[in-house]
Amino acid sequence: MSRLYTQEHEWIDVAGDTATVGITDYAQGQLGDVVFVDLPEAGTTVAKGGEAAVVESVKAASDVYAPVSGTVIEANPALVEDPALVNNAPEGDGWFFRLTLSDPAELDGLMDKAAYDAFVASL
Amino acid sequence: MADAADLKPLPLDGLHRRLGARMVPFAGYAMPIQYEGIIAEHNWTRERAGLFDVSHMGQLLVAGPGPEAVAAWLESIAPGDFKALLPHRVRYSLLLADDGGILDDLMVTNTGKSFYLVVNGATKAADIAHMMARLPDGLSLHHMDDHALLALQGPAAVTVMRRFDLTPETTDQPAFADLKFMAGARWLWNGIKLGITRSGYTGEDGYEISVPNAHAETLAQALLAHAEVKPIGLGARDSLRLEAGLPLYGHDLTPQITPVEADLAFAISKRRKADGGFPGAQRILDQLFNGAPRRRVGLAVAGRLPAREGATVWHGDVQVGIVTSGGFAPSLNAPIAMAMVETPLAGDGTALEIDVRGRRIAATVVPMPFRQKNYVREGQQG
Repeated sequence: MSRLYTQEHEWIDVAGDTATVGITDYAQGQLGDVVFVDLPEAGTTVAKGGEAAVVESVKAASDVYAPVSGTVIEANPALVEDPALVNNAPEGDGWFFRLTLSDPAELDGLMDKAAYDAFVASL
Repeated sequence: MADAADLKPLPLDGLHRRLGARMVPFAGYAMPIQYEGIIAEHNWTRERAGLFDVSHMGQLLVAGPGPEAVAAWLESIAPGDFKALLPHRVRYSLLLADDGGILDDLMVTNTGKSFYLVVNGATKAADIAHMMARLPDGLSLHHMDDHALLALQGPAAVTVMRRFDLTPETTDQPAFADLKFMAGARWLWNGIKLGITRSGYTGEDGYEISVPNAHAETLAQALLAHAEVKPIGLGARDSLRLEAGLPLYGHDLTPQITPVEADLAFAISKRRKADGGFPGAQRILDQLFNGAPRRRVGLAVAGRLPAREGATVWHGDVQVGIVTSGGFAPSLNAPIAMAMVETPLAGDGTALEIDVRGRRIAATVVPMPFRQKNYVREGQQG
């Protein structure tokens, strides 16, 4: 399993033709205290770069984009009860949703951790 | 978003950055939105004391042959009874357009010799132009842009401030320990002149302190040295004032909204209701006595999804209003909003719905403040 990153600060763990998606620690730090996450329902189809979820912090609503195209398998039920997981464990228990990839070739354009860290350092 | 290079720094810019603030553009300035996090800062202010840099706000001094002349002129631009405002007392008021729309909200203090006004940062240039165009011969308006403004807010603010060695500037002013809510005067601290009012915009007891720019950091550091005090950013300032039911200019108040529609009729003094003579008086008094078409209300929002400014408010299939500011209330652990709603549906307890990204969220009209204010009024201990 390898973790890849987008310039919109999402991460994606790929295992075969399924993947888990969340936002990075840098992203949660920029958002501040998360109070609600609007997650896609199972069966929703998402397009690469398209709006997939909305994170509500105290101060603003922010879109979360799908790193790749696919069909949502499940959203993280723990975020409904405890949205602050996005702040406390953004790259672990605070994952957003799992999906089935429709075009694995889309992964080619994503960054690995070293590239993402360099990208964040350049911001 | 404004280009960072166009932003003016506040006198405490360096201190904010050293304290780890995230700086954002606001009212043309680089300002601290948060330090450790909005919820933590919000709760700290409610429980102890928060230090806010509100130096972006406009501090104006209107002087003339005497306070009576200034009071008479102020009554031509705002609906307060400034002739009856005693020396060292503060009033909340509204700068009104000729059609009765709200150009700004402001705090007015009678210093005993002149009047000291605090206006919003984003509107101060327009306010000054509006006032200068109406200022008669013999009166002067001075923009105190060489002064910073700090707010110390929260239940521990009084305890902290009373530890400071403050010498009254004049003999006819209240002793600092006797300073009541919505009162103010000037004191000397280590040779520095401070204009202090017991007021604020968080729903908590506290002070706003005007200090020369050159001494702003000395004062801020001295306040932060007390264990009860932490620096608080604009993010928590917004959630605190929202919970307190206090409207924010440019959002809940605009030139298209009258004082009656804004549910701020208390800012129209009794004598002014009887006599009029302020801009838009005919329209405003007609709304006051015969009703206005819409009114600013508080909405308790069901669930956890915040409804933000611009979300539409519905009663069945009919749009009946719009959210003017909304968000998550840390002290209530729930979303709340202010909305401008058609008057027949503005009564407490009315069940409405808010459209948030195509989803209908249940909301109920509730009295404001959403959370009881902790002001210490005259006659109370404190």
